[in-house]
Amino acid sequence: MTRAALHALLSHWRRHPGQLATLLLGIAIATALFSAVQAINAEARASYAASEATLSPDAPDHLTSPAGRIPMQTFLALRAAGWQVSPVWEGETPEGLTVQGYDFLTLPMGSLPDLAPTLAQMPPSALITLPPPQWAAPESLAAAPQATPAPGLAPGLLVTTIDGAMALAPSGAITHLLVAPDAAQPLTRPPLAEVAPTLTRSRPQGGAEIARLTRSFHLNLTAFGLLSFAVGLFIAHGAIGLAFEQRRPMFRTLRALGLSTRLLAALTLAELTAFALVAGTLGLALGHVTAAALLPDVSASLRGLYGAALPGQLAFRPSWAATGLAIALAGTLAAGAGALLALARLPILASAKPRAWARASTRSLALQAAAGAALAAVGAAAVPLIGGLPGGFALLGGLLLGAALALPALLAALLAAAQHLARRPLAQWLWADARQQLPGLRLALMALLLALATNIGVGTMVSSFRLTFTGFLDQRLVSELYVTARSEDEATRLRAFLDTRPEVQATLPIWHVDVPMADQGAGELYGVADHPTYRDNWPLLSVTPGAWDRLATGDAVMINEQLARRAALGPGDTLQLAPDWQPEIVATYSDYGNPGPQAIVSVPALTRHFPDVPKLRHGIRVAPDDIPTLTAAITDDFGLPATALVPNAEIKAYSLAIFERTFAVTAALNALTLGVAALAILTAMLTLSTMRLPQIAPVWAMGTTRARLASLEALRTLALAAFTALFALPLGLALAWALLAVVNTEAFGWRLPMFLFPGQWALLFATALAAAALACFWPVLKLRRTQPATFLKTFASER
Amino acid sequence: MLLVADDIHKTFPLPSGGAQAVLSGVSLALAPGETLALTGESGSGKSTLLHLLAGLDRPDSGSVTLGGAPLSTLPDAARAEARRTRIGLVFQQFNLIPSLDVAANLAFQARLAGRHDEGWCATLAERLGLAPHLSAWPETLSGGQQQRLAIGRALAAKPPLILADEPTGNLDEENAATVLALMLELAAETGAALVTVTHSATVAAAMSRRLHLSRGKLA
Repeated sequence: MTRAALHALLSHWRRHPGQLATLLLGIAIATALFSAVQAINAEARASYAASEATLSPDAPDHLTSPAGRIPMQTFLALRAAGWQVSPVWEGETPEGLTVQGYDFLTLPMGSLPDLAPTLAQMPPSALITLPPPQWAAPESLAAAPQATPAPGLAPGLLVTTIDGAMALAPSGAITHLLVAPDAAQPLTRPPLAEVAPTLTRSRPQGGAEIARLTRSFHLNLTAFGLLSFAVGLFIAHGAIGLAFEQRRPMFRTLRALGLSTRLLAALTLAELTAFALVAGTLGLALGHVTAAALLPDVSASLRGLYGAALPGQLAFRPSWAATGLAIALAGTLAAGAGALLALARLPILASAKPRAWARASTRSLALQAAAGAALAAVGAAAVPLIGGLPGGFALLGGLLLGAALALPALLAALLAAAQHLARRPLAQWLWADARQQLPGLRLALMALLLALATNIGVGTMVSSFRLTFTGFLDQRLVSELYVTARSEDEATRLRAFLDTRPEVQATLPIWHVDVPMADQGAGELYGVADHPTYRDNWPLLSVTPGAWDRLATGDAVMINEQLARRAALGPGDTLQLAPDWQPEIVATYSDYGNPGPQAIVSVPALTRHFPDVPKLRHGIRVAPDDIPTLTAAITDDFGLPATALVPNAEIKAYSLAIFERTFAVTAALNALTLGVAALAILTAMLTLSTMRLPQIAPVWAMGTTRARLASLEALRTLALAAFTALFALPLGLALAWALLAVVNTEAFGWRLPMFLFPGQWALLFATALAAAALACFWPVLKLRRTQPATFLKTFASER
Repeated sequence: MLLVADDIHKTFPLPSGGAQAVLSGVSLALAPGETLALTGESGSGKSTLLHLLAGLDRPDSGSVTLGGAPLSTLPDAARAEARRTRIGLVFQQFNLIPSLDVAANLAFQARLAGRHDEGWCATLAERLGLAPHLSAWPETLSGGQQQRLAIGRALAAKPPLILADEPTGNLDEENAATVLALMLELAAETGAALVTVTHSATVAAAMSRRLHLSRGKLA
């Protein structure tokens, strides 16, 4: 009996292969986009964990300087005083690799756990002979062909001897000293504050810190993944619902023939499970391909934003596959829950009512709209109640889901108004029929609404960000040329040289130290000259009267927006910068792209409190036409490498390039979501086309040509897409506001102004219409080519 | 003559290949105002003949002329116009438009034809017993009411020809009698000729002329 019943149930799919394909495609796409994002996140998590793992519990403490580099004299003084410390030279190779050079003969135990087995097997002589040994992660070997593969090392990192590092990255420096455990230190050594008062002892930071920093980025990706998953499930839900309606008479017959409700439901459940597993597997394969394609951009984003590195290749993780299949199964069952419930309640003797589903859907519109409004309200309430990033995402979720649920009711009202206003009979029929079609198309239209709103929201956010960031770069990178000396002596001579050059309008020090700031970790403290360059251009957000004058006197500080928000500081408060220095905050300024705290004081105040501040970097105000002459003169007199002299145009271009890659993934996911929405419309229209024949046939019989009917069908789809796009605009703008004002502020610490881009909206509106036109092309062509005999079948009970 | 069918042949392809002849050399003529019953066993080709007479399909050979104009050879758009303006169709399954209310369904074809007469539509609604239901949806009506609405829709444009396919096939005896009486009465009032495909001897007996189809040929 079971076999016969199953055979009967499956026969439906044999007769409707297109519907089966739609169902499988929906589940596969939902799984693919979700699992692609999960694969990227898993890869990132594994990378952060690997980075964290390099810091074993035995990892030695670090000694660091606020200046970021430790003079050789300080190191030697510590060694002479008995301190067991080992220097680490850090710099960058021209290929972009981070080089770390270690003195392996003095390296404390537990310093490089990944290389420990290798080092243990090497004779000490191998560590001091030429050429110096090099190690790098396998994916970084292209940039370091001489290196030995060391899978445990972070990608982009090259480890070698201190001599090797100094040769590969001569502009680097001793960035920190590794401190041997106290047990290995002589008891008689003098305190650190006595020998090297400027150095700070700390535990090293690693992957956990990066993971915390990048959390919001991965949350964004996950949100996109969930959105795509929801859009894909809309397709599956539509296909399951239609299949249920078409099989309703079969279900009733099977029940009449003696099949229990329980067995019928179990068979349908088994059928759905099988489909979910097949389509889920296909989705996993698609997801892996998508993730592999997106990974380079994600990697670039993370490197640009947080300095976190990801490997270039995607690993296959069984846990990821299992999660993907589970989510495909859960999603399919959720999409089919309504149909299963209806099956369990199916009255055995009720007469066939092919329009019952549509009528029931129409009745539920108001209820659904009310649920949507409630969800949006809950989302809005989450911001003050929950707060933080979860609150921001709850707002986004509430807005998106609420609007999607309310869409069918809004469209129904709009179509009713259009029908009311129509004068010609075909126009009246067009709008009335569109209302009739709404229950079948609503999920696809909801998917389109979500995709369009996300595009508008994220597009507005990115464009606002781009506009603000470009303006910000113009304000912050005012000096036409930036020059970095290799030593303090050279820097002193360079300043004297620049003073003699007639074309140089001003030489502005760019000196900074790293100091702890208001419990927010180490921040950058810059000294700025009292010069119109800053007074005229620095992007201040809130300011007290005479702020620049007070800054010049040395008893005031300006802080960046991130520090102001995170530490709840503002003008009038004070900020502890050194044990004996707590100046008043006189202004806050925007500092986009910087994840950490920052503050500026006057140059004299900085050098007074931190006499050892490196004075190597300078901005030079010079007429753009004079840049080549000045660059040539500096190069000739000082022999500085090209990398030490950077025109601001290059820095701006570099910053903007990082910015563009940061949002490349977002753009790709946006486009994919829109594509899925178009597919949802196509599949919904294809599955509806057979059901709609009885409604179209009488209009044809009464004298409307097939060509006219086809053009009306296209017009109806375009009108529905256009109405949906109109609703997507305010939703998208609300989304953009939520992203800019709530999510980004929480995630990055700065709030961006929101700009409007009507040109983008027009383009997206056209894209929505094009997507709808593309989606309805095949169904409309099918209608145009429908043979009269096909229409006649809906009239004739016999031939 | 209002309607002339001359030596009509029609075959349909079989799924297994080959073709099945449904009509073989059928000819008939219908004068204005005349009523005609087409009877025959299931599969004899009655509905196919009706579809050809309505210009819904084309014969393989032979011709159909309506008011002297060759309906069967007209292009798609012209045949559509003929159906819109000169023919009223009534189907066994009613084939009402579910998205329009009763009033809109009743007036639909008349408005398509550009001959909407509000007074006549109100009269039809009254005579067909639909006046209390004008703002209702078709699916909420009983079978008899739905068929009366379909008849009203066919007559609203006052076409010269009404073609009905088993108009009482889905109705009980009492409803069938009411619908038949109304159809004949209103056709006579508007001067329309009426061709009815039917299995019912009662319906056939009510027509002025009867033709019997057997295996695609007129007996």
